[in-house]
Amino acid sequence: MRYLPLSTDDRRAMLAKVGVADIDALFADIPETKRLGDLMDMPRAMSELSVERALAKLAAQNVAAGSAPFFLGAGAYRHHVPATVDHLIQRSEFLTSYTPYQPEIAQGTLQVLFEFQTQVALLTGMEVANASMYDGSTASGEAMLMAHRLTRRRKAVLSGGLHPHYAEVCSTLARFAGDEIDRCALDPGAEENLIARIDDETSCVIVQSPDVFGNLRDLTPIAEAAHAKGALLIAVFTEAVSLGACRSPGEMGADIVVGEGQSLGNPLTFGGPYVGLFATRAKFVRQMPGRLAGETVDADGKRGFVLTLSTREQHIRREKATSNICTNSGLCALAFTIHLSLLGEAGLMKLARVNHANGVDLAGRLAKIPGVEVLNQHFFNEFTIRLPKPAAALVEALAQRGIIAGCPVSRLSPGHDDLLIVASTEINTDDDRAAFADALRAAL
Amino acid sequence: MNNQGRPTRPVETAAWQTKTFTGNRGLDIEEPLLFEIGRPQTSGVDIDEAPDFADRLGAHARRGRIGLPGLSEPETLRHYVRLSRKNYAIDSGLYPLGSCTMKHNPRLNEKMARLPGFADVHPLQPVSTVQGALALVKHLSHALMTMTGMKAVAMTPKAGAHGELCGMMAIKAALMASGEGARKVVLAPESAHGTNPATAALIGMTVRPVAAGAGGMVSAQAVRAALGPDVAAIMLTNPNTCGLFEREIVEIAEAVHEAGAYFYCDGANFNAIVGKAKPGDLGVDAMHINLHKTFSTPHGGGGPGAGPVVLSERLAAFAPVPYVVEREGKLDLVEHAEGQELGRMSAFHGQMGMFVRALSFILSHGADGLRQASEDAVLAANYVRACLIDLMSAPFGDRPCMHEALFDDSWLKDTGVTTLDFAKAMIDEGYHPMTMYFPLVVHGAMLIEPTESESKASLDLFIMTLRDLAMSVQRGEVERFTGAPRLAPRRRLDETRAARAPVLRWTGAADRT
Amino acid sequence: MRYSQDHEFIDAAGEVATVGISDHAQAQLGDIVFVDLPEVGAKLKKGEPAAVVESVKAASDVFAPASGEVVAVNAKLGDSPGLVNEDAQGAGWLFKLKLSAPEELDGLMDDAAYADYLKTVG
Repeated sequence: MRYLPLSTDDRRAMLAKVGVADIDALFADIPETKRLGDLMDMPRAMSELSVERALAKLAAQNVAAGSAPFFLGAGAYRHHVPATVDHLIQRSEFLTSYTPYQPEIAQGTLQVLFEFQTQVALLTGMEVANASMYDGSTASGEAMLMAHRLTRRRKAVLSGGLHPHYAEVCSTLARFAGDEIDRCALDPGAEENLIARIDDETSCVIVQSPDVFGNLRDLTPIAEAAHAKGALLIAVFTEAVSLGACRSPGEMGADIVVGEGQSLGNPLTFGGPYVGLFATRAKFVRQMPGRLAGETVDADGKRGFVLTLSTREQHIRREKATSNICTNSGLCALAFTIHLSLLGEAGLMKLARVNHANGVDLAGRLAKIPGVEVLNQHFFNEFTIRLPKPAAALVEALAQRGIIAGCPVSRLSPGHDDLLIVASTEINTDDDRAAFADALRAAL
Repeated sequence: MNNQGRPTRPVETAAWQTKTFTGNRGLDIEEPLLFEIGRPQTSGVDIDEAPDFADRLGAHARRGRIGLPGLSEPETLRHYVRLSRKNYAIDSGLYPLGSCTMKHNPRLNEKMARLPGFADVHPLQPVSTVQGALALVKHLSHALMTMTGMKAVAMTPKAGAHGELCGMMAIKAALMASGEGARKVVLAPESAHGTNPATAALIGMTVRPVAAGAGGMVSAQAVRAALGPDVAAIMLTNPNTCGLFEREIVEIAEAVHEAGAYFYCDGANFNAIVGKAKPGDLGVDAMHINLHKTFSTPHGGGGPGAGPVVLSERLAAFAPVPYVVEREGKLDLVEHAEGQELGRMSAFHGQMGMFVRALSFILSHGADGLRQASEDAVLAANYVRACLIDLMSAPFGDRPCMHEALFDDSWLKDTGVTTLDFAKAMIDEGYHPMTMYFPLVVHGAMLIEPTESESKASLDLFIMTLRDLAMSVQRGEVERFTGAPRLAPRRRLDETRAARAPVLRWTGAADRT
Repeated sequence: MRYSQDHEFIDAAGEVATVGISDHAQAQLGDIVFVDLPEVGAKLKKGEPAAVVESVKAASDVFAPASGEVVAVNAKLGDSPGLVNEDAQGAGWLFKLKLSAPEELDGLMDDAAYADYLKTVG
């Protein structure tokens, strides 16, 4: 077996040193009747070539997004990732290191995390950010629990524009913790009256912008209303690139900002691994979940970085920890940071503008098709259309013609069968958008 | 005649103070923060200008600057390559972190995960366009159930702790479904990972500690004494955090089940027994599997991981959405949480990128290779233990261990050297330290997990190094330890300062002292 | 000055008492980096968790050594948690309690008893 360096002779010599006759003596604590005598009912070892063949066959049964005009978003976005990013994250020293528990020999990872935290804080308009969560959905759930701790209240109000998966993650956590959720109905028109639902029991209001339908939301009045009742505003985003064109949640009064960072640096990969972004105000930092890198000096007075404020975490605080999270999304955070370093402010704004231009162009084209209605007034690179036919069947029909058209709302949550969420990033060409519009016109 | 001849042998010089103009030391190059070298108008990405168009951002358009610096492409490469070289990695040396399982990360797995058919697939594509992805999930699920002897598996948890949460939620859901929702106590030994009590707390349960016996194991008797009608589950790591297989595990499972409770097994150490025993045969009801440990999807400096949870027949109905089903010869997804007992752990379908890597690892090893890997991991740990036991002290005596060898600090008593000092001196010798001060039940614990990836020559050099260090302690060479490390990119860092006045982001030179 | 078995000290002057952790406790904990204090007005029962004292690697609950209402907290610890290390039983006090059952102090150790107690706990 190519991964196992020990030879039969090595094993024999090592067993002799240990002082046992055979390897099974070392497994003697396993009750005898429970020890596996035979090999497991699985294939035997395979060569590298054979494994490649087997997995390539499975991969070939999927339609890769890059092989088709592609307009699907709804929480995960296809962007161009510079080749430099993937090269750097495959450096052995990043890829095959552990969580930086020994800071003297982990300054690379720690400095990257410090840079990541700073970038996320700047992007969201907040004071501090952590070193990442699993993804945007779990970050939302953690933000809700953090708000409960801060306010000592246990009711969250969820906007109907919040991605249904995110809302379900929050609802699941709340149900098992015995907390209350007041979830608004799915709201394609962004017309809900969230403010009326905030009361003295409310710990937090969770609002997404751009919301799952692509609507840009003004969070300022919601923040003000929440604060007036002693509640917190949790702002959510799923498309990080939108922050290059749109007002930051921090500017609009958010207390905690969480989002999905996949758009920068990370491929779609069928939904994971992604990287959850989590930012808040400095005064709330001790209730923040997740790891934090902080600056300090070493014994020679040189600047260095360490994991800090660890007493919030499970390995010290155990049942009183702010979260049970341990492993997070280090390597995805690295990809995010490298991509954003390459872009810089100018690049990010330009990228965001191209995304917005493509979205506006596509919306214009689709709106001209008889029977199609674009529901959004203000949006970034994603919007929702109402169709005269069920969206799921249309998407399937277009897929057969080689176009990945978007996300039927019914895929995310039952109902709203006639609504389709459509995204257009910088990867889409004029030809792609024309092909989509033509195909949709033909299918209707 | 060539008059450019130069000396090609090193010239002996007196000990030279390595103080340099740049602060660099040869290949060890000091690297500023991105924010100190980047410029807002610089970009390493060329993007075509958007055409003129009427924007639809309304009043939502960003005003003012963000403050993000940019770097050109060559500067980016240099910045991150230089930073990378300040990290230790399994690719550069033995990484004996007990409980963390730092084993070889095959590059085939990286290559497979990057096939466009896996990496460039959206989680919400029509299922007709992702049949291969669903098939991969199904294959891996099948492999995990086969290895563990369990009936079902929830694939979506994103890491071990998330898997624990999922498994404990399934247990709570099952209890509620059978009218036993009042059970709110979780038994856990004091040697448990911190995630166990943290998870229990998240679902509104409280932990009742179970004492481990003098031999480092939990006895069925102690479990029976702690059980009662209020107990929902026991959370037990097996092999446990002391590196021992819980000998009474079957009796413990029986006692737990008799009392109407469930058995959650923390599977962090499953790598020791793959192919040697199946948790399902031992009476486990739920167990997460850290794909990034047992199946070597890389740790990536702290993630991403993946934490699928295998479930017994009693819990199979309580898995979260989404999951893969077969309908008329095609694979499909059940995605809607409405009416489901558990609900949803995360958006989309779990850590697909990690699933590809784990399956690639499992296929490469096969049933024979997986068993051999477990045996080699256990053998390596015992070899290290046997070669050090005369110099260092083990809390549970000279008995065999599983895949990690545990030492305590009683041999350091009154030497002026602590576990921390000893670990830091390993850094100067070119090794990553072992896990220190965990498990909490052992004083000054040093937990060594060499894994199956080390050659005998590598193990021997590691052992000789630790022996040299241990003898150095005996000789009273305290300064070798208390001042260590001296040869790493940084010496010991001031964690008190970092925690007392936290600086968690760059704020500009003006704010700095 | 009186001491609890959990290493809190309480120094009563009239009906208001000053509470903190003993010098022995601060030495055991190492560098204190953060102190989470109760809110003024909080009503504590003897034995309840009242504050948390954190070092880099540990967080320790501080229990109310007697029942009463919190009437003041040591605000200086916000910026200078190290005061607990420098002068645990003086400038590093944590909070002041208006005692509701002063007789509870009788069950606590005095200096001599605490010194003996420390010998037993090693």
